[in-house]
Amino acid sequence: MKISISVNGDKQTHDVEPRTLLVQFLREQANLTGTKVGCDTSSCGACTVLVDGESAKSCTMFAAQADGSAVTTIEGLMTDGKFNRVQQSFQDEHGLQCGFCTAGMVMAAVSLLEEIPNPTESDVRIGLEGNLCRCTGYHNIVKAVMAAARVK
Amino acid sequence: MIPASFEYIRVDSTEQVIAGLAEYGDEAKILAGGMSLIPLMKLRLATPTVLLDAGRLDDLSYISDKGDYLALGALTRHRDLETSDLLAKECAVLRGVAAEVGDNQVRHRGTIGGSVAHGDPASDLPAVLVALEAEFVVEGPSGSRTLASANFFKGFLETELSETEMLTEIRVPKTGATNWSYHKFNRRAQDWAIVGALAFRAQDSSRVALVNMGSVPIRATAVEQALASGASHAEAADQAAVGTEAPEDSNASSAYREHLSRVLVKRALDEALV
Ligand SMILES: Cc1cc2nc3c(=O)[nH]c(=O)nc-3n(C[C@H](O)[C@H](O)[C@H](O)COP(=O)(O)OP(=O)(O)OC[C@H]3O[C@@H](n4cnc5c(N)ncnc54)[C@H](O)[C@@H]3O)c2cc1C
Ligand code: FES
Ligand code: FES
Repeated sequence: MKISISVNGDKQTHDVEPRTLLVQFLREQANLTGTKVGCDTSSCGACTVLVDGESAKSCTMFAAQADGSAVTTIEGLMTDGKFNRVQQSFQDEHGLQCGFCTAGMVMAAVSLLEEIPNPTESDVRIGLEGNLCRCTGYHNIVKAVMAAARVK
Repeated sequence: MIPASFEYIRVDSTEQVIAGLAEYGDEAKILAGGMSLIPLMKLRLATPTVLLDAGRLDDLSYISDKGDYLALGALTRHRDLETSDLLAKECAVLRGVAAEVGDNQVRHRGTIGGSVAHGDPASDLPAVLVALEAEFVVEGPSGSRTLASANFFKGFLETELSETEMLTEIRVPKTGATNWSYHKFNRRAQDWAIVGALAFRAQDSSRVALVNMGSVPIRATAVEQALASGASHAEAADQAAVGTEAPEDSNASSAYREHLSRVLVKRALDEALV
């Protein structure tokens, strides 16, 4: 079937099998490999993207479900070659080590700050419960999201 | 992991869902948020050959005040429940429990109707709906019927819904902004409850429900009766495991679940019924 998804503002039209997962569409058809597959079982959040502005696990969605939607991936966050505030604070606060969870963490954080612009530390920890990180112990990730929230 | 092949049909109306179910029978499945169905399909534990994607049926996404009860469209997402001002005022317990389902990503997509139709005894919303004495409106080829939540859940992933029916609406009484408490015991933050215990007041009675203590969501009637006859919270909570058939799995033995149910019910009673 033919589907069209606006990915980071570019209209991507491709022929897919209905069983194609959104994450496959993004990585293999749109050639945007910033979005990672960690667990492939909806547990880790590495594959998190925004679908119509809200975080979703792209390994647990069919691309066909996003037909006609706007999807934002990690590649879509920069403007004029500059990091957005969440990316910048992950760098500043050392919110990553190996980086495998980072794209998903950043996308989940962008969605969270949209919903809770001035979060408490507990809001951030609960808001990121769908994202696992095996390296950082979460501390600097939480610091990064709190720092991003202060950038207006 | 890639699911088995299927035909994908995006439906625009309830009628189209009913017609699709009539045409394809048990080959077809309704796709709502996909938060339970897609993981099962990826593991090939479910292999429908037709998916009727109801995800864009916005007509079935609402929370409305019907005077003496609230009506919720089956496609209403957990996210809409947990942020609803109407629920905060008229049925705070449902709003609060919805916020405990999975994680943000799951709540952005999963629906109340999917949670009910899936019939997983480890799910949070079915237990609160049973304790609320909710009603479920179901559409099928021969019209619509309204079912009591008390008789709806039949067994593990088994409900009163037939293969040709769609759940369209959930009706809950107005219980107000009264105290409630839900204790969900799990190992990872986003996980299903190993055991969950819920307590709240509604219509002058104390309601207590249990998650993952049997093959269906459970109303803890022994605890409720003990409270009604004047027992203390500790005495009532001792009855928590009465009549349950707690499952045994890698997370917990039945005996440990029974222990948890008593401890968690006691905590929930102390918080909710003050
Ligand atoms: C990582 C993760 C964590 C989760 N944690 C929890 C948790 O802690 N607690 C919890 O309760 N749940 C949890 N869930 C499940 C979540 O609540 C799902 O949203 C819910 O169980 C199913 O809703 P859905 O809309 O996604 O349904 P779907 O997955 O689309 O459908 C589920 C089943 O119901 C059927 N169905 C759906 N809608 C209808 C309808 N209107 N009429 C008839 N049949 C219908 C489908 O055909 C399918 O068989 C979790 C899920 C994930 C992926
Ligand atoms: S890869 Fe999607 S949640 Fe882990
Ligand atoms: S930085 Fe390595 S998994 Fe998070």
